[in-house]
Amino acid sequence: MGVRMTLTDEPVVQLQGVDKVFGGGDQPATTALEGIDLAIRAGEFVSLIGPSGCGKSTLLRIIGDLTAPTRGTVVVNGKPADRARRDRDYGMVFQAPVLFEWRTVEDNVKLPLEIQGAGSAKRTARAREMLELVELGDFLGHYPYQLSGGMQQRVAIARALAFEPAILLMDEPFGALDEMTRERMNSEVLRIWERTGTTVVFVTHSIPEAVFLSSRVVVMSARPGRITKVIDVDLPRPRNEDTRETRRYFELVTEVREALRRRRGADDADDPGAAPDAANGGLGSVDRTMAEGAVG
Amino acid sequence: MTSAAASTRGAFGRRPAVAPAGSNRRSIFTFALVAIAILVVWEALKFIGGVPWRAPGAGPGSPAIWNPPLRLPFANDLNLPHVWNIVLAFGQPWQRGADRNVAQFLFDAALYTWREALIGFALGALLGLVLATAFVHSRLLERAFVPYVIASQTVPIIALAPMIVFAFGANVTSVVIITTYLTFFPVTIAMIRGLRSFDPRAMELMRSYAASRVAIFWKLRLPASLPYLFTALKISATASIVGAIIGEGPGGISDGLGRVIITFNQYYITGPEKLWASIVAAAILGITFFLCVRAVEVLALRGRPRAAEG
Repeated sequence: MGVRMTLTDEPVVQLQGVDKVFGGGDQPATTALEGIDLAIRAGEFVSLIGPSGCGKSTLLRIIGDLTAPTRGTVVVNGKPADRARRDRDYGMVFQAPVLFEWRTVEDNVKLPLEIQGAGSAKRTARAREMLELVELGDFLGHYPYQLSGGMQQRVAIARALAFEPAILLMDEPFGALDEMTRERMNSEVLRIWERTGTTVVFVTHSIPEAVFLSSRVVVMSARPGRITKVIDVDLPRPRNEDTRETRRYFELVTEVREALRRRRGADDADDPGAAPDAANGGLGSVDRTMAEGAVG
Repeated sequence: MTSAAASTRGAFGRRPAVAPAGSNRRSIFTFALVAIAILVVWEALKFIGGVPWRAPGAGPGSPAIWNPPLRLPFANDLNLPHVWNIVLAFGQPWQRGADRNVAQFLFDAALYTWREALIGFALGALLGLVLATAFVHSRLLERAFVPYVIASQTVPIIALAPMIVFAFGANVTSVVIITTYLTFFPVTIAMIRGLRSFDPRAMELMRSYAASRVAIFWKLRLPASLPYLFTALKISATASIVGAIIGEGPGGISDGLGRVIITFNQYYITGPEKLWASIVAAAILGITFFLCVRAVEVLALRGRPRAAEG
């Protein structure tokens, strides 16, 4: 598996004028996304960040063809999103690991390869390679319930990478983990991304996570979900734990937070239930304290 | 969001899949304890309100060794034979002058009945699985046919059995059909639920792999439904024994437990212990079949955090 850093001008993901309206008919319509334009190049690591209800997960699901947009076009690898899905261009990682409890760790990673009809020797080789990559090579025969939450999520990442998808879609993959595990997983994901060169679209509500991982951070606002700012993260690579203590890192965290706060003022006015950000080692997460909205 | 709690559940929060040996030993112990308690109550009733006790196996004319103070009508030797006499009945010739004793006779009859039950059980399970698979893939089929599946079970098997025998002849085929009829229902109903019991996020995952319906069935729906399947199969296993025994009567099968029960019923006045012995045999057969299904279940569900209980 070589590094596939094919940085061309041709975007891997191209969204144009995407709207998403839920409900309608006899139910009140909710506009989850409005006028989304976004282009993601090959090998980029793009984070979508915003408060609950800004539609960041919905946007990810539209890219992955798990939800259809109401309006607008989604082009992935030069073809419509549903075609890309059927061509198996996507690897998905959800907030929960969603491992099959009746399969061992190794068999879970083999699952997508089985579905694609890969040969038995190739399945075994790939699964073991991917599990080595996420440092779970010693847990091949374990069942999911025998692993911690962080380890389960690493299995899910290995599974998503097993068939070398062109795009890795990650929907708050570490949202359920504690802060220390999350930081470790962040370093792990960076290491994997640097080795594989896969394009990653990453939904998060953690500012430090978004800045640490991304080449670009897409800041979104809620009601309706819009892209308010796109911030280039020019931190040098390879990044490591020391990166989190550099001046530039703090500047970027501040920049993202201010981009979010500019909209939060307006949001708070019409949403009195929203509590202030919980302090998170001085670097707040956006919506820890808010209930997850239906479109979040 | 519950997913947060679900995904952080670690290695220590869940129970191991297969119950440890100690738990098995405990359940056998409990079972034995209850069995002994039933026998004690049984004999206590006869001690207080039965007819005069005689030595085990002794005839009516032999001297009484205990005369109970009361005479309770249900506790006489015809209604409630002594436990030891039922045990002794297993050693008696199954009929006058026969060279096989009741135990051998019942063992062979039970094996024969089990074979019929097993065929009906297998066919019923398969039919239930096919029906449930069709129903979970088509709301139209489900709406159209599930009411008939339910209605089929409100017809008493006693009324249906003679019709089946009339249509298919007095042979094993009829018994198998009756057994199938009794066993497909629990599997159908449980599997309609079971085949939909997967994690919806797992279905999204399969969708992101562009998995076919066939792949989704074999790799997600069916494995996720196994706990439901085994719960239904355990019900079906015991129901299949009942179905086979009932079917043997009108089916005219002379080699199975059903016929034996009818025969011993006719000679109840002269030897009630033999009918009780055949009831014990039928119960042992049912429990054995149940335990076989349970053993396969433990094997099939190993590694899962919540292996279905009991």
